[in-house]
Amino acid sequence: MTAPVTLSAQDLTRRHGARLVAVSGVSLELRRGEVLGLLGHNGAGKSTTLQMLTGALPPDSGTVKICDFDLAGQPELAKACIGFLPEHPPLYRDMRVDDYLLFTARLHKVPSGKLAAALEQAKQRCGLQEHGRKIIGTLSKGYQQRVGIAQAIIHNPAVVVLDEPTVGLDPAQIRDIRALIRELGDNSSVILSTHLLNEVENLCDRVIILQHGRLIFSGSSAEMLANGNMEEAFLQITESGVTGK
Amino acid sequence: MIYTIAKKEFRSLFAAPSTWWMLALLQFVFAWFYFARMDDYLQVQAQLAQLDNAPGATIAIAAPLCSALALMLMMLIPLFTMRLIAEERRNQTWVLLLTAPVPAAHIVLGKFLGLLALLAIIIAGCAAMLATLLLGTQADIGLMLANLGGVLLLAAGYAALGLYLSALSRQPIIAAISALGLSFGLWLLEMSAGDGFLRAVSPNAHFQNLNMGLVNSADLIYFALFITTLLWLTVRQLNDERRHGL
Repeated sequence: MTAPVTLSAQDLTRRHGARLVAVSGVSLELRRGEVLGLLGHNGAGKSTTLQMLTGALPPDSGTVKICDFDLAGQPELAKACIGFLPEHPPLYRDMRVDDYLLFTARLHKVPSGKLAAALEQAKQRCGLQEHGRKIIGTLSKGYQQRVGIAQAIIHNPAVVVLDEPTVGLDPAQIRDIRALIRELGDNSSVILSTHLLNEVENLCDRVIILQHGRLIFSGSSAEMLANGNMEEAFLQITESGVTGK
Repeated sequence: MIYTIAKKEFRSLFAAPSTWWMLALLQFVFAWFYFARMDDYLQVQAQLAQLDNAPGATIAIAAPLCSALALMLMMLIPLFTMRLIAEERRNQTWVLLLTAPVPAAHIVLGKFLGLLALLAIIIAGCAAMLATLLLGTQADIGLMLANLGGVLLLAAGYAALGLYLSALSRQPIIAAISALGLSFGLWLLEMSAGDGFLRAVSPNAHFQNLNMGLVNSADLIYFALFITTLLWLTVRQLNDERRHGL
């Protein structure tokens, strides 16, 4: 593994209110061409962690570096390298798909000469070719999710962060999106959070598991598969995490 | 980047049916005022004509209409500004701007200018109506321009105030009500506080001069300060949010 590190986070901590710790001391590293799966029960701090990695939520302590730019120190340079699909896709429901995607491309500093090509590519990758003129609010949940993904990849970011990308999609769409994530993993780094263990098994090179805001497992998916199937491994790790606390 | 955000803001304000409804109502009320004023003026015109140096149609019709317009805009602008930031937070689209490589100042200026473009169109619609005075009489163009410029400056001031309160809040309604309350308070300040320092704080007091056709550099500087201070506070608030969370 000699690929360059595209994202590294050190000791991320975030409290909600004075006492409740959402995420505590999470460190992770991601290299180019890697797909990292983020697992954990509901409320384990997955979304909070992803928000901190992308600058949507400032950490109480800890640092994030993206493509060697410090997210707190050089936010504009660092953020230009990320594409983020939050848990709720940030869609302007009254805009047309094309207008919305062009707006997000401009926000991410895609040069105006390359806008049309970027739009075409993003739509093609997400299967939205037929939907450019539609108003986002009228699309079904699955298509809205695709627009959300298109928004995250339109500027060809070095790091793509996807919070539960396949939620609300039908099986055929899930298959397409997984193919897309694999394709993204060739050139970029991808982090995705999910509850679907077969998704992790199929897609991810490495896995980290969060519980109660702490990182309790980090390893390759092959390591997890070594002791049988993914589900058993996951339950074993998280349950021993509970008893160990 | 400022232009990109301003254009998007302008277009999405126009995409909302509520905007068209408000524009239509405003034009209707304005036209109503216009005819009422015109009627009053025509009734006394014969007597006025006998006076030396009688007040003309512009000061009798256009000036009071512009103060009515200023009051209407004061009540409307919070409904627009609440959408700019607070509603984006509630709709969870704010994260797009938060994670985009765009400095807070560009977001604030873009949103402010996008709204200002809409306000300029509203004011231009009313200006077109006032321009019909030219068909029947010789109007005082200078006074009219001072009035319209004054309305635009005042509207920009209220927009900056509303934008700041929108940045402070997650709830659009709270943003709108606090902006309305504050603008109303500033307006009352002008009515109640004699000639002292307090009156000078109110943007309406400075509009009054322009309303009379008095273009005073002190008033222009006041508006420039009022607007830049509030925009600066908004940028600060957004930067704080980025560093420490809301």
